[in-house]
Amino acid sequence: MKPATFTYHRASSVRDAVGLLSELAEEEPKLLAGGQSLVAMMNYRMARPGHLVDITHVPGLAGIRRSTGDDGRAILRIGALTTHRAVEKADLGPEFAVLSRAMRWVGHLPIRTRGTVGGSIAHADATAEWCLLAVLLDARIVAEGPAGRREIGAGEFFLGPFTTALEPDEVIVEIVFDRPAPRAALTEYADRRGDFAVVAAGADLDTGSVVLGGVATVPQLVRAAGTPDEIADALDLRDEPGVPAAYRRGLARTLVARARAEAAATTEEDSNG
Amino acid sequence: MTDVALVELHVNGERHDLAIPPRRTLADVLRHDLGLTGTHVGCEHGICGACTVLVDGAPARACLLFAIQVENAEIRTVESLADPDGGLSDLQQCFSEHHGLQCGFCTPGFLMLAEGYLAEEPEATREEIREVVASNLCRCTGYQTITDAIDDCASRRRAALQAALDTAPEPTAGSTA
Ligand SMILES: Cc1cc2nc3c(=O)[nH]c(=O)nc-3n(C[C@H](O)[C@H](O)[C@H](O)COP(=O)(O)OP(=O)(O)OC[C@H]3O[C@@H](n4cnc5c(N)ncnc54)[C@H](O)[C@@H]3O)c2cc1C
Ligand code: FES
Ligand code: FES
Repeated sequence: MKPATFTYHRASSVRDAVGLLSELAEEEPKLLAGGQSLVAMMNYRMARPGHLVDITHVPGLAGIRRSTGDDGRAILRIGALTTHRAVEKADLGPEFAVLSRAMRWVGHLPIRTRGTVGGSIAHADATAEWCLLAVLLDARIVAEGPAGRREIGAGEFFLGPFTTALEPDEVIVEIVFDRPAPRAALTEYADRRGDFAVVAAGADLDTGSVVLGGVATVPQLVRAAGTPDEIADALDLRDEPGVPAAYRRGLARTLVARARAEAAATTEEDSNG
Repeated sequence: MTDVALVELHVNGERHDLAIPPRRTLADVLRHDLGLTGTHVGCEHGICGACTVLVDGAPARACLLFAIQVENAEIRTVESLADPDGGLSDLQQCFSEHHGLQCGFCTPGFLMLAEGYLAEEPEATREEIREVVASNLCRCTGYQTITDAIDDCASRRRAALQAALDTAPEPTAGSTA
């Protein structure tokens, strides 16, 4: 189908975008980034925004910056407009290579060339790889609103299905990863390669945390996680059409074990080569 | 802004000035306003890939982009592949030789997907090509022949590049100074 009529605005800066969102608040404005979720929903008419505020022409919102913190640790700042593909191809160093490796799970190449990190986080699909990675690595989401900028921890950001702590007039500016994760991995199962996962699992061997997608309405972080069996048994799952709870639980068990094995293997690769 | 916006598009090296509603997707503008009906439309939600075109060299779904968003980008469609006199490009020739199409509905999308991908990854392995062709749907071929065609095209391009390097004249002393 074709999208319903809307008024188009091209934001020239984040300030400009925030201003438009506030000004048009009564008329359902929406930010437009990669459009890989929003335009599909508009074509279905599941979304009918009255105004689109296009942020893809805002200078400085795309790109990855690496720096070193006071304690010598690597810090990664990923601009909201950075595409999945740009992260996939970037050399993020052993501390954050897990992010590049995980991108192969995000849709397919032509989706990754347009879809953005900020858009994924804002869209907040409970199985989206970016949401899981942000929660697993305790990333911080930097958002700008009329009152200025604030930082929201990924753990407090995802509130429910497609629902976040972001105010309607806030724009995500960047995502900050400041805890190196050289021994981490993300893996998943989807019926077809490139589809959203039925279940996804990530593991960070240094913190002992595990994150699961597809088992609740938001990414589920398990700190000081036990064995794959213990993690899977503790999940509160219901039978759904085509996906019995036992099947999902089995996937969670297998994928947690697989994510841990992959995390351990990357460390070996790094130290061998 | 009014219902109609002035949009300047650059498609296959030509500039077009259009007065279109902002809600018109790139796929619809290419087909209906520019008559470039080689770009096909299947699902209109990003799944099938029939609408795949190149935006600044990168394969993208034309059904998930508004034309107004890509005003200053270089767009390439399947019409840009063949010579002006109709001679097939090397990639199209490989699709023909390997029977990489049957009904042909998906073919423009696969061609632009491969064109963009091989330009970025000329050393792509068969395994990597298999993963990339999974981006688009083909109901006829079973993908084997599409993979064969793209793999063969990549090999031929590598061989041609190597041959060109082998026959290039030795740089004469001082020419690099
Ligand atoms: C066929 C297909 C398969 C896909 N498979 C996957 C997959 O496996 N995994 C996955 O994670 N995703 C997948 N996606 C979705 C893709 O990753 C999207 O890119 C992503 O969900 C949204 O990013 P976007 O830049 O396209 O945002 P848009 O579609 O432009 O926007 C999405 C939402 O976020 C808001 N938004 C965008 N940017 C900002 C910002 N900076 N600040 C605040 N709000 C903002 C918009 O207003 C909108 O509500 C798939 C998409 C398709 C079409
Ligand atoms: S029509 Fe664009 S992906 Fe199917
Ligand atoms: S050749 Fe018919 S869909 Fe691919």
